[in-house]
Amino acid sequence: MKARKLVVAFLVIAALMVNIVGCGGGKETENKASEGKGNDKVFVFARSGDASGLDPINVTDGESLYVTQQIFDTLLDYEEDSTEVKPALATEWENSKDGKEWTLKLRKDVKFHDGTPFNAEAVKFNFDRWRDEKNPYHQGDFAYYTAMFSGFPGVIKDVVVVDEYTVKFVLTKPMAPFLANLAMATFGMSSPEAIKKYGEDYFKNPVGTGPFKFVKWEKDQQVVVEKNPEYWGQKAKVDRIVFRTIPDNSARLLELKAGTIDAMIGLNPDDIQTVKDDSNLQLMLRPSMNVGYLAMNMEKKPLDNVKVRQAINYAVNKQAIIDAFYGGLAKPAKNPLPPSLWGYNDNVKGYEYDPAKAKALLAEAGFPNGFKTTLWAMPVARDYMPQPKEIGQAIQQDLAKVGIDAKIVTYDWTTYIQKGEKGEHDLYLFGWTGDNGDPDNFLFYLLDKTNTVKGSAGNVSFYRDDRVSALLTEAQQESDQAKRAKLYEQAQVLVSEHAPWVPLVHSTPPIAAKKSITGWLPHATGTECFVSLDKAE
Amino acid sequence: MTRYIIKRLLGLIPVIIGVSICAFLLIHLIPGDPARAILGERATPESLAAVREQLGLNDPLHIQYLRFMGQLIQGDFGRSVITNSLVIEEFAERFPATMELSIAAMTIAILVGVLAGVISAVKQYSWFDNISMIGALFGVSVPIFWLGLMMQWLFAFKLGLLDASARLSVELRLDNITNFYVLDSILTGNWEALFDSLKHLILPSLALATIPMAIIARMTRSSMLEVLRQDYIRTARAKGLKEKVVIFRHALKNAFLPVLTVMGLQFGTLLGGAVLTETIFSWPGIGRLMYEAIMQRDFPVVQSGILIISLIFVFINLVVDILYSFVDPRIRVN
Repeated sequence: MKARKLVVAFLVIAALMVNIVGCGGGKETENKASEGKGNDKVFVFARSGDASGLDPINVTDGESLYVTQQIFDTLLDYEEDSTEVKPALATEWENSKDGKEWTLKLRKDVKFHDGTPFNAEAVKFNFDRWRDEKNPYHQGDFAYYTAMFSGFPGVIKDVVVVDEYTVKFVLTKPMAPFLANLAMATFGMSSPEAIKKYGEDYFKNPVGTGPFKFVKWEKDQQVVVEKNPEYWGQKAKVDRIVFRTIPDNSARLLELKAGTIDAMIGLNPDDIQTVKDDSNLQLMLRPSMNVGYLAMNMEKKPLDNVKVRQAINYAVNKQAIIDAFYGGLAKPAKNPLPPSLWGYNDNVKGYEYDPAKAKALLAEAGFPNGFKTTLWAMPVARDYMPQPKEIGQAIQQDLAKVGIDAKIVTYDWTTYIQKGEKGEHDLYLFGWTGDNGDPDNFLFYLLDKTNTVKGSAGNVSFYRDDRVSALLTEAQQESDQAKRAKLYEQAQVLVSEHAPWVPLVHSTPPIAAKKSITGWLPHATGTECFVSLDKAE
Repeated sequence: MTRYIIKRLLGLIPVIIGVSICAFLLIHLIPGDPARAILGERATPESLAAVREQLGLNDPLHIQYLRFMGQLIQGDFGRSVITNSLVIEEFAERFPATMELSIAAMTIAILVGVLAGVISAVKQYSWFDNISMIGALFGVSVPIFWLGLMMQWLFAFKLGLLDASARLSVELRLDNITNFYVLDSILTGNWEALFDSLKHLILPSLALATIPMAIIARMTRSSMLEVLRQDYIRTARAKGLKEKVVIFRHALKNAFLPVLTVMGLQFGTLLGGAVLTETIFSWPGIGRLMYEAIMQRDFPVVQSGILIISLIFVFINLVVDILYSFVDPRIRVN
């Protein structure tokens, strides 16, 4: 039969395809990522998204900042294991008596990757570009500048070149978190010459002073940086870093297990155990600098009643949520501040899980049979809330046990934020990841009464308390850290008592890496420099 | 023929205008403020106002549309509001990836699909027919993300034969000329890269090929069955022609027209980017670009992107229509 020949032809083609496939056999998958060109030590790091840009001042996402952190230095830096500041490009600093002038001494032995010198002029150039909307190189949104320094030009009135290696910042008012802000990865120092040369395309041609130099960026695939042999500080231990984009969490873990990548972030909570069980892999936890919370809109009845809010606090079983949705990798929260920050008040008792007490409080408040409300769940996963809808459902069930009937509501992400800022919600799942490690960055933004303007509220409980506000404002003006810590501790006592939120968790985002990776110190701010990272052969 | 092509090209103008209006309205009318998407959770009222002004979002919709079309006519597709890079560059960077993947997937789909369809029709109700049609049903219904992960697990992780993601291993360097990696590695004589890029290409193209392969197989089978019952086939056989000639020269050629239509439509769809396949296999193509742009309300990328993809789709259809006339001379006459 002729048809048999067709079958044969079909099988031959199939066999050929298998053969092409088969030629790849015998490859060692185990150490593939470590095979470099020659003897290069290459560290391959994968995450779910690509960088959106490589000009650190014009990005706010971790994917971008992870790369720019390797290429750029900041004037100050954070200690490896805390958010206290330490010298970096600036070696000394001094505050004037009135608190409005900061004078910084700069390192003298620093060059940008393009060979141009780093000096006070370069610092001024960078700040002027960020602050001044009329500056010819002010191209972009500079979102972090306006967020941290309150608009353009914001708190920084002027930047003065005192001499070649001394620069002075003149502020409109004393600003306690000023130094902590300078240490943020987003305020990395760019080469003025490179900015002038590349203009609007600087975001894909970054030039800094950091331990790694930019090599290439293939969109949605990889960003490559290589060791800067002329780095002023401790030199990098690996020769190249490849930041790969692998969008699917499961596919990324498969690659790690296959050995084609060295490390990854963005693990499914269910996969944490898989990593723990794999003898070739290690699990690292990033110290928490975030909080996931349930905000209660105090403008809506009956959430205006403090007893109702306290009852809801007693009704939610935080530990069950952590076990079910965080793979056990989170701390139950009792304060808005994460414990890794100075100023955290560990004496606050918080609300333990106690449905009976919740019912009693509801009855006292006049709702013995509970009430109906809405529970808003975020549509996207965040480190502080990896499975918002499921967490919403868990809370819904907890509330049902004390008689509260909560309907789950959700919108697309931007609409969700917008409606929240307008105060359209009742119960609202949300969270915050800190920027600069200063308590002000959490407490003032999330709970001060001035941040309750409809349409742009950061305080989505619409919690307005004069005593708390007075404490937070005083702490902003005070420059002595010990005194500030005291003020924040007092504020946390009041916040806990008034219960504008159910503080849910402080998550510790996991990092999975091969056992051969050493010297990686995950930092609370969310990104860290890989200068001391090494890879055993 | 030339007149026909010109007529078809002129017919594109209303299509482009229609598509541009749809694309523009789609991204501007869905909820979600681009200014907020850019600034994220840390937006202040001042920065929101400044960004809205900068993007021209405060103007009435029709003014925004006219501005968009005005720029388009000058060949300016705009800049991404998220990354600030030129939309046309973003597309140019990713299009070869999508094209390479689509061509590979279509090649597999056509080879396997047509052959399976023909054999199934010739040997109707045989074991081969049954198995391949069940396979085709599986092919159209299996979720790609599941199939993709299973293939990665088996071929990349368990067997270590193929690569699970990206277009090239990180340790390899390839000089890019066309950005089609297979082609570039041949042009530069870089055999290591050729082999490596093929190993990266096989899994995603197999995953992407499943649906078109299944559709083509079913289409070929039903179309062949119809043709094989016609009188001229009986005549051809009665003349004593070899069965191979009857099937491939007489039957398949006539049965091919509907199959060609399906191929064109499927290829056009693939070129629009396959979000799921590209996500699972970390393939840096158009689908992911568009998906992320929509999620971030990056409206210049979305509206120009939809327009570009639509143009490609329309163009492929035009090519298919022209191909018809070669397959079926009756169309040329009319």
